[in-house]
Amino acid sequence: MFSAFHEVFTFETALYFGKGALISLGMAILSLFLGLILGILGASAKRSKYRLLRWIGNIYVEVIRGTPMLLQILIIFSVIPSIYTAITGEVLRINVYLIGIIAMSINSGAYSTELIRSGINGVDKGQWEACETLGLSQWQTMRFVVLPQAFKLIVPPIISEFVTLIKDSSLTSCIGAIELLKSAQIVGAEYYEVMSPYFLAAIFYLVMTISISYIGKHVEKRLAVSD
Amino acid sequence: MIKVEHVTKNFGSLHAVKDVSLEVNQGEIVSLIGPSGSGKSTLLRCIHGLEKPDSGKIYINDEVMDPSDSKKYREQRNRMGFVFQHFNLFPNMTVLENCNLAQIQVGGKTKEEAEKTSMEYLKRVGLADKRDSYPNNLSGGQKQRVAIARALCMNPELMLFDEPTSALDPEMIKEVLEVMKDLGNQGMTMIVVTHEMGFARKVGNRVIFLDRGEIVEDSPSEEFFSHPQSERAKDFLSKVFYE
Repeated sequence: MFSAFHEVFTFETALYFGKGALISLGMAILSLFLGLILGILGASAKRSKYRLLRWIGNIYVEVIRGTPMLLQILIIFSVIPSIYTAITGEVLRINVYLIGIIAMSINSGAYSTELIRSGINGVDKGQWEACETLGLSQWQTMRFVVLPQAFKLIVPPIISEFVTLIKDSSLTSCIGAIELLKSAQIVGAEYYEVMSPYFLAAIFYLVMTISISYIGKHVEKRLAVSD
Repeated sequence: MIKVEHVTKNFGSLHAVKDVSLEVNQGEIVSLIGPSGSGKSTLLRCIHGLEKPDSGKIYINDEVMDPSDSKKYREQRNRMGFVFQHFNLFPNMTVLENCNLAQIQVGGKTKEEAEKTSMEYLKRVGLADKRDSYPNNLSGGQKQRVAIARALCMNPELMLFDEPTSALDPEMIKEVLEVMKDLGNQGMTMIVVTHEMGFARKVGNRVIFLDRGEIVEDSPSEEFFSHPQSERAKDFLSKVFYE
């Protein structure tokens, strides 16, 4: 089962896996960041007084959360080039990493929308009223009072969203992104043995996810100081 | 200074405030008392505009408050300070920052000017030394005194108190009432929803007794407590005072 153990568990393959892990991590970081921006927009839309915006926000969240991420990646992988061709008439030479990041951002944005929305809702209604009686505008209330408090509530679930993204970045292997899982598969194909590289990949994933959770706990503790 | 004209407020099928009219003059300290659910808090919140009345009008200094004239409405509301039962201090800011925020953002003051005013009022409520503390490190009584100072920083002409001592431990009630008494002595007009009968009687100069959304009695404090007119007020007082 582990016939290629000695070939796989070497410094050289570790470096190769490290590169794959960095790509996974990089895609996850970028997607988390872009997803948060989409999440802020989504949460604003869902809280908007305009019905159309609320409607768009709801559909975005429901569609993304109700379909598999793998399917979203495949759809974006084929939709973006065809749109490009339809508009410009040229064939798009596609960057699979970019496609992966776009798909993961859109996916993460839907989850972030809900996290941010529930974070804002989690701030006591009395805070809004206090601001109202002091004459602060809605925007000032958001900026100085509600968002700073919501932020504390949002940090822990955002960190677990980050961990999810690192793991889910493996799905982009199916469109050809050579991230951590794909690296393992390539090494496996080279030695006609997959168990060793898969286990090594698992270790790399665990190192990333456990460190992030650990850092997350520290951040949480520090944020709790003024409470 | 404040005139309430035929104000009605319903929450679904619940008639919280029914056709209430009253007038409060400059310098008066009016206690709104009554059984729970009598609509006193709702009435107070309607006066400030935290609740929008279903019908009726509210005047401040003889000018009607009209939410559709948003600039003027905002300016009118800013003449009133509001103190909540649960303080509603901003936990993400220090005591001083709590007091400064609206002065800077709404009043357009510089940080230095705001700080000067904040410290003046924090001294008045006896909490100047807590300027850099966070609200969660204060006792309930201290929180409420900060909340009063924060409202005063906006230089209101009228202060509205919504059960300011109901969420406090018994030994902290007095320190808050003392601050309110001082404020009254300095001529502040106040409307206070309260269960503190001692305060209503000794500090307040007028009592408005509400029951089931209606004003049942409106009389000078001493008279209300010594000779209540209505059966409902008599009944209420007999239940409140343990002898």
